[in-house]
Amino acid sequence: MSDSRQSKTQTIAPADSAALRKPSERELAWEKNTLQPTLQKNPERQAEFTTISGYPIRRLYTPADLAGWDPDTDLGQPGEPPYTRGIHATMHRGRLWTMRQFAGFGTAEDTNQRFRYLLAQGQSGLSTAFDLPTLMGYDSDHPLSEGEVGKCGVAISSLADMEVLFDQIPLADVTTSMTINSPAAVIWAMYLAVAEKQEADWKKISGTLQNDILKEYIAQKEYIYPPEPSMRLVIDTFEFGAKNTPKFNTISISGYHIREAGSTAIQELAFTLRDGMEYVEWGLRRGLEIDEFAPQLSFFFNAHSDFFEEIAKYRAARRIWHKAMTERYGSKSARSYALRFHAQTAGCSLTAQQPYNNVVRTALQALAAVLGGTQSLHTNSLDEAWALPTEFAATIALRTQQIIAHETGVPNTVDPLGGSYFVETLTNEVERGAWDYIRKIDALGGMVAAIERGFPQREIAEASYRYQRELDNKEKLMVGVNAFVSEEKPLEILQIDETVAHRQAARLKKLRAERSGDEVARRLSALRNATKGKDNLMPFIYDAVKAYATLGEICDAMRDTFGTYEEVAIT
Amino acid sequence: MTKKIRVLIAKPGLDGHDRGAKVIARALRDAGMEVIYTGLRQTPEMIASAAVQEDVDVIGLSILSGAHNTICPQLMKLLHDKGMNDVTVLVGGIIPEADIPALKQAGIAQIFLPGTSTQDIVDFIHRRTTAA
Repeated sequence: MSDSRQSKTQTIAPADSAALRKPSERELAWEKNTLQPTLQKNPERQAEFTTISGYPIRRLYTPADLAGWDPDTDLGQPGEPPYTRGIHATMHRGRLWTMRQFAGFGTAEDTNQRFRYLLAQGQSGLSTAFDLPTLMGYDSDHPLSEGEVGKCGVAISSLADMEVLFDQIPLADVTTSMTINSPAAVIWAMYLAVAEKQEADWKKISGTLQNDILKEYIAQKEYIYPPEPSMRLVIDTFEFGAKNTPKFNTISISGYHIREAGSTAIQELAFTLRDGMEYVEWGLRRGLEIDEFAPQLSFFFNAHSDFFEEIAKYRAARRIWHKAMTERYGSKSARSYALRFHAQTAGCSLTAQQPYNNVVRTALQALAAVLGGTQSLHTNSLDEAWALPTEFAATIALRTQQIIAHETGVPNTVDPLGGSYFVETLTNEVERGAWDYIRKIDALGGMVAAIERGFPQREIAEASYRYQRELDNKEKLMVGVNAFVSEEKPLEILQIDETVAHRQAARLKKLRAERSGDEVARRLSALRNATKGKDNLMPFIYDAVKAYATLGEICDAMRDTFGTYEEVAIT
Repeated sequence: MTKKIRVLIAKPGLDGHDRGAKVIARALRDAGMEVIYTGLRQTPEMIASAAVQEDVDVIGLSILSGAHNTICPQLMKLLHDKGMNDVTVLVGGIIPEADIPALKQAGIAQIFLPGTSTQDIVDFIHRRTTAA
């Protein structure tokens, strides 16, 4: 194994590692007596085998691949550093992962019904998808919201909508994840206001705010403000959360979207963890103590199709985070340096063609996440290359997790793949590849600087184009797409019509008429003033939310000071 | 030498998922076309104006957000108003099959669904532009 091999995630030099291997006499004898005659008779299917990320995979892994690898230090014990085997001593024997299906469409009423249905089906946590206007900080009746209200998620324009969304759902008992980034502080304030109304103790409620703006600039592109004020808002939520909601994950540092944008597994891992380090550094610069806010940082990874590469990625992630937190930032608390993550199966792997095959893809991807030691999991629905899932499709997706949990036996032992020559080697190699990228980003001056120079964006665009070429050339196959093609009948899918937008507009009109306009104006003006200083903005946002200022009004108050961000598009 | 085919790749609406748009932009460029990419969050007005200004033969819209039924007819009307009646408008993205007839009725030349090879899109554009 050599470092030069890991530094190239795009151009692969597969021979390097072989050159440094010292196979045993017995392995050499096998090569001569058994392998060579076989290859002469039956050549292998391909000259080279690679992962879906383009990473070369050897024919066979043996102890020769793990020379210098120490099970005590490199693998360790479950629940102990460096956490290769998982962050809990008993892992899924003690407690299964949280089955957390991402859901959201139409109005708050529509999504509230889906939430209650999913909880009734045995789902253990909630996860909210917001529509694009909400993600971009626009009210449902803003001109730019036209055609987008309730389409990709639920439309939430004010606390009044949030109250409906969680109607009859006890926030004291249910943990909720919210996929919201640029306006995360505002949506979180709405959630906390609902919790307060339900008399749920802020110190006890738990859930996750995605709040990861860096991956928006890198991959998903749902940003409002420039990086500097956006990072201020993130650190404001860290500070507010450390004081007021110690069990709430104030951020979910996300590789998912980076991977969906076409990155390799190593890029996903490296950019996500370097994002995590960037948040830590900004928190420390604010004057927060590392172990005061870092226990509330969580992660979110993709569960893609290349089974072992994904498992190696999760194992390497825990090792890198432990090393970075202890060695770079002096963390002394396991709650900070043990990496907790959510996983979601890969949306970009789903095919519009022969959509029922997606059930199988999703099951295998979910299995990799479970074997990789995930804390929570979302499984995609079979119809998502067409639309948001129907209740039928969403139920199969949840059942897929329940089958893995209760029928396969996979969760009955901790890290069943630990010690596999292949999995351990791949874990080492993925880790080294990620560190190479992390150091490259360090040298660029950190992640914000790297983003401003387009570095991660360019790396991802290259990887995504390379993969598309491989599909076009049939070097990589997708069943039903570029191989084994057949005609299919159309699926029944979920349709969201424009009446959602009309209902939302009517509700907003009523809200604006009924609330105290003076109070809203006063609190928005207090927020606007605070944006010009250095105070934590969360209390001001919370005040505005409680007076039923809308999401758009609050985001506009901040737009006035912060301005908006436009990227330089890289193609 | 024949004139290069000019293509505007546009990302309308609020969605920022630009993987498809960027891959197509690059594939068409590699196939010898002149490609202009608008960047994110373009309104139909911005796209129509860019199409006129750049005098393009083809407009490729990438839409994954479900807003296609609103955006496409608006854009087609604006193009018509600006006298751009012979521009070929293509849509790629997440489009339910049930919506396809109405989009074609509105003047969209072709809808490319997930899994389409970039070569199919290149071939389609060549056929359209030589036929015209």
